[in-house]
Amino acid sequence: MKVELESRIVEGPEVVGVEPALDLQGKALPAVQPGAYSRTVTLMPRAELERRMVKGPDGVEFEVEPLRDYYCEAGPTVMPAAYLKIVEDLFNWARSRSIWILGFGTGCGAIEMRPLMTPRFDAYRFGIQWRPTPRQANLFVISGYLSVKTLKRAIRCYEQMQNPKYVVGLGSCTINGGMYWDSYNTIKRLDDYLPVDVYIAGCMPRPEALLQGFEDLKKLIRAGKAEGANQYAERFDWYKANQKQIIHDWDMPDYNW
Amino acid sequence: MPFDWMKIPYALLTLFIVFNFGMLLNALIQKIGARVGRRYGVPIWQNYADLIKNYGLRSSITHGVMYYLGPVFRLTGGVGLLLFVPTIYGSEMFSNLSFAGDLILALYFVFFGTLGMALGAGESGHPNAAIGITRGLSQVTAAELPFALAVFSVALQYQTFSITDIVAVQQAGFTSWTLFTNPLAVAAAMLSFLGSMMRPPFDVVLAPQEIPIGPPTEYHSSYLALMQTNRAIFPIAKIVLYMSLFFGGAASWPVFFLKVFAIYMVSVLVGVAFPRFRVEQSIRWFLIWAVPLGVLSIVLV
Repeated sequence: MKVELESRIVEGPEVVGVEPALDLQGKALPAVQPGAYSRTVTLMPRAELERRMVKGPDGVEFEVEPLRDYYCEAGPTVMPAAYLKIVEDLFNWARSRSIWILGFGTGCGAIEMRPLMTPRFDAYRFGIQWRPTPRQANLFVISGYLSVKTLKRAIRCYEQMQNPKYVVGLGSCTINGGMYWDSYNTIKRLDDYLPVDVYIAGCMPRPEALLQGFEDLKKLIRAGKAEGANQYAERFDWYKANQKQIIHDWDMPDYNW
Repeated sequence: MPFDWMKIPYALLTLFIVFNFGMLLNALIQKIGARVGRRYGVPIWQNYADLIKNYGLRSSITHGVMYYLGPVFRLTGGVGLLLFVPTIYGSEMFSNLSFAGDLILALYFVFFGTLGMALGAGESGHPNAAIGITRGLSQVTAAELPFALAVFSVALQYQTFSITDIVAVQQAGFTSWTLFTNPLAVAAAMLSFLGSMMRPPFDVVLAPQEIPIGPPTEYHSSYLALMQTNRAIFPIAKIVLYMSLFFGGAASWPVFFLKVFAIYMVSVLVGVAFPRFRVEQSIRWFLIWAVPLGVLSIVLV
């Protein structure tokens, strides 16, 4: 199928009345100016995203618009905790004792996660294991630098995970860009794009540091403070604006769980 | 025959005991597997934490009615199998709902969950789920063949389809077990047992790292938790069936725990010693080694 290149101006959503997001020290992050990221976008010529007629197995022809029909555009909502505190405490205990990590190495830091499965470090004894699908995972470890191309996949994976979900930034690159500070295609500050619960500093942090970081995350979960999923839902516009500011070929719905 | 309502709480009690035994046994088996790999392994209560966590997740999404019913069917298969087989022989409390033709029903329940799962995972629309189902159904069908042959051989041998009767014949000391009176059928059934326990060399269906997790790819939250509940019940229910047919059944809970553990360990020992088969290899293996044994056992009976 021949697909024509298309150019058009894409207006960003209006950002009105969003509270300034806070970083880990409680300082306000710079607010995104409405319309600041209007720009010319070249939509990628991708045949699978085009609207088309499909013939079903029963012979009926119907029109499919992939971006609208195959994904959900309803945004995330803030999910309340259980009604009884004792039930929520039980859930938090179980969540902290059963952390399933999404097996997706986004950067070079992923090499530090593999030893955790081996007899020397054996993270399984702490209730940590790896799941191959975002549906079943609770923890997303952004392992090292995140290129803009990978950020797009990271966002899609994060949005497919179920509430409550946690993000750990591994290595200096997720904190301030690290040695990729002046790179043209990596992000500098992970917290602008996904709500981070714990940073593990270092370049690279050793597996022991990772285990320590996971222990800190467990403390946050037990205390009921790891509410990244709800924070993402609350400041959805802010996060989306930040993401769209840097991802230039945005060819997916705003929210695709 | 009037229905005795007291059977319902008794059946629930059986279910409760077997569920907790299954949860702890699964963790113990994981730990044994880890020790073979020189790891420390998961804590013994890890499965409880996983289960509560999954039931406690706040959001979940559905892909349709069959997707929703898949785990329900799976759990029905496990619970049904358990309740229609007499768990403890000679006990009024734990004979549950067993009746004269229960062997046929048990055979059906062994397969029931897999079929429900196939329909449910198929509706999730994920390609990995479809690949997992193709692999799973081919392998389970090939593994089920020798087991069905062995079951018919045993039914011919004892001239009955009632599991209680079959256990009763085997009560005259361990030389009267089917293991010794019909060794070929037991051999065929045990080879089939290896194929249905989801352990190596026959675990390519789930293959957690290569084909991301097979049929349950899209399952999460309480859907996955239902399937985890079944993972605790179904293997035990299946082993109870094996124990009743081939190893003399169990007349008390301690004997039950011991025999179930011993039979489970057969698949674990084979699993830690041998690497994984591909699906076509395992089907060929079942057809070449297990099915002739089953046919022979029927011929010789």
